[in-house]
Amino acid sequence: MNFYNEMFDGERVREPYARLSDWVATMPDDFRQMKQAEAETLFRRIGITFAVYGEGGDPDRLIPFDMMPRVFEQAEWRRLERGIKQRARALNAFLRDVYGRGEIVRAGRIPARLVYQNEAYEKAVVGVVPPRGVYSHIIGIDLVRTAKDEFFVLEDNCRTPSGVSYMLENREIMMRMFPQLFRGNRIEPVDQYPELLRRTLESVAPSKCTDRPTCVVLTPGHFNSAYYEHSFLANLMGVELVEGADLFVDGEFVYMRTTQGPKRVDVIYRRIDDPFLDPLCFRPDSMLGVPGLMDVYRSGGVSICSAPGAGVADDKAIYTFVPEMVRFYLGEEPLLNNVHTWTLWKQDDYRYVMENLADLVVKEVHGSGGYGMLVGPKASKAEVEAFRRKIEANPSNYIAQPTLSLSTCPTFVEEGIAPRHVDLRPYCLCGDRIELVPGGLTRVALREGSLVVNSSQGGGVKDTWVLSE
Amino acid sequence: MLSRTASNLFWMGRHLERAETAARLLDVGQRITLLPNTEAGYQNEWNSLLQASGASARFAEKHGEITQEKIEDFIFFDRQNPSSVASCIEKARESGRIVRTALTSEVWDALNVAYQELRKIEKKPRSKVDTASLTEFTTGHTATVRGAINSTQLRNDGWHFMHLGYGLERADATARLLDVKYFVLLPRVEFVGSGLDSYQWQVILRALSAHRAFHWAYRGDVSAGRVADFLILNGESPRSLITSLYEATWHLEGISKRYGDAVPATARDKAREVLAALQARDIDMIFDEGLHEFLSWFINEISLVSMRVHEDYLLGGA
Repeated sequence: MNFYNEMFDGERVREPYARLSDWVATMPDDFRQMKQAEAETLFRRIGITFAVYGEGGDPDRLIPFDMMPRVFEQAEWRRLERGIKQRARALNAFLRDVYGRGEIVRAGRIPARLVYQNEAYEKAVVGVVPPRGVYSHIIGIDLVRTAKDEFFVLEDNCRTPSGVSYMLENREIMMRMFPQLFRGNRIEPVDQYPELLRRTLESVAPSKCTDRPTCVVLTPGHFNSAYYEHSFLANLMGVELVEGADLFVDGEFVYMRTTQGPKRVDVIYRRIDDPFLDPLCFRPDSMLGVPGLMDVYRSGGVSICSAPGAGVADDKAIYTFVPEMVRFYLGEEPLLNNVHTWTLWKQDDYRYVMENLADLVVKEVHGSGGYGMLVGPKASKAEVEAFRRKIEANPSNYIAQPTLSLSTCPTFVEEGIAPRHVDLRPYCLCGDRIELVPGGLTRVALREGSLVVNSSQGGGVKDTWVLSE
Repeated sequence: MLSRTASNLFWMGRHLERAETAARLLDVGQRITLLPNTEAGYQNEWNSLLQASGASARFAEKHGEITQEKIEDFIFFDRQNPSSVASCIEKARESGRIVRTALTSEVWDALNVAYQELRKIEKKPRSKVDTASLTEFTTGHTATVRGAINSTQLRNDGWHFMHLGYGLERADATARLLDVKYFVLLPRVEFVGSGLDSYQWQVILRALSAHRAFHWAYRGDVSAGRVADFLILNGESPRSLITSLYEATWHLEGISKRYGDAVPATARDKAREVLAALQARDIDMIFDEGLHEFLSWFINEISLVSMRVHEDYLLGGA
């Protein structure tokens, strides 16, 4: 397969990388190794580590950081930005609709079953319109590139997309280690993100809140693999990081327990899943949530970001309809394409996929993190056949996509520098405005030839630059 | 500040101080066993120490007979003993980890290093580790953490809560150590005033790192009255009951001044009351009312202050 190399066009260095190529070419090996070690020490010192569920081993693992940045031109970024914002608007319009009259279903554009029988559809919030009609306040949209102007959306993350702390820390560390690079290139900053996030959260305070809103970050606790990110964001926003037990409901409001007595909380940026939010409404065995929270939410005493039920918009089965949402709600043509997707509960699609299994990527509808998927061209015959049996057992649990020729970006590897496949996750903020910092998280598949960028599967991260004009 | 954050800072302070106390108990016990003892042998001394740390029953249940190795293991390494050095350092680090954003990186580093070093010691064969080095390890690392706190933390309510934890724990610990002295010695009337007696008082002073300080303060013989005065009523002595309580009260004053009248300050009021009662006494009065009775009263009062800290600040008014 032929891959789009983001830095090189044959021998020629593409425009955005012009200055970087000298930097790479003149970097001595031992200097590079020294800097790589320095970066690792910095990450450990700061404490950015992650744990992979169920794998055991070192609980304080580092995500490998690659020092070679990934670069976008201003014009490229502008186009992406418009597409991402458009998609974010459509996703929120969809959520508003399906928890209201369900026009898109009545119009026959999306099958009712996929929406109303979806596990992520919360009956408990039907008819509840959150402030400003926003359900998903932080949307992470995973993008891949296949050619100069060809981007595809791989999936949407409407619940609580993680990884933004890497975007911020990668930049901090690059600026600290290579200040001269930043003087030579004009790179758009990303460090306003926490400020924008706080403004977004404050902008969706409930109507009952009359003062300046008090926001908090709700974490499942310090055993969670993303705990570092939770505390990092709370710290940079200057808001409290709370656990379920720090909050309680009294009358029509939610309060946190402080040394100066109860303090009312207006906006909760939650990093726990819907089923754990409120044991009185969802899972009764949840120790992470706040009893009575949903009653307060429904009566407009507190805002929850993202809103309970927002997950119905980022399901892999709903994904195939997002371009349709853009047309239906916004009357526009989608600026970002979906990857063509075969849904295995349709007979024609099923037949096609089973005949071409070895060429396709197959994913579980509800899976995430690169688990439970088949990358046909990379799999052995036996693996393909084993997966075929899993599909046969429950076809509606799967979707299939063509194997995309993901773009590559030069990456530091053992032998020097070599192309590796990358994707991109920008973080779109939706409140009174829709905003996007210029950049995102670039994930890179460090294994040669690998197309799977998930950190749990040997992926690393890169700093992502958007050049200013 | 979140009540949970305050609570973690408070307990971080308490556990660090408690780790130090455990190490000192180990040291004092080890020195006492070097004494010629006529009756029940060193077992009796060790048992008094276990009683002072409130862990006598747990030890008896687990080990039965007392030996030097078992005691060392129990007081320093045993995770099932909530007051062991290892338990306390682990808990202090855990509290610190939960509230990391409330700590400076220097404090976190110091705390984390202490924990990593502890794990190294745990991996060594026990025969290679002597008691003195265990005590030094503990007092050294806890001092580093405290130094980092005092040179880098903001002087805000969080800082007050950490020191409040230190202060109350220290007041309690010194009182309990003194009570060991009571348990070990007072019933043996035949030793009072003998050379053996003064040697044992010195052991207590050493265990509180107060041996030299005492001589600077009193320039004379070690006697029961002077040692008790130094450890109970002397405002210059860093671990005396009055100093520890004075400091705890000072931090409670700081918190209540910061929070204003809207937040209850029953802990501060209680601390003021106990401090006043202490200041009104001299050492003869304490001996007249009975050292053990006095210490029991004091330990009880400190636990009341601690409970009120909990009620005033750590429940969050729910």
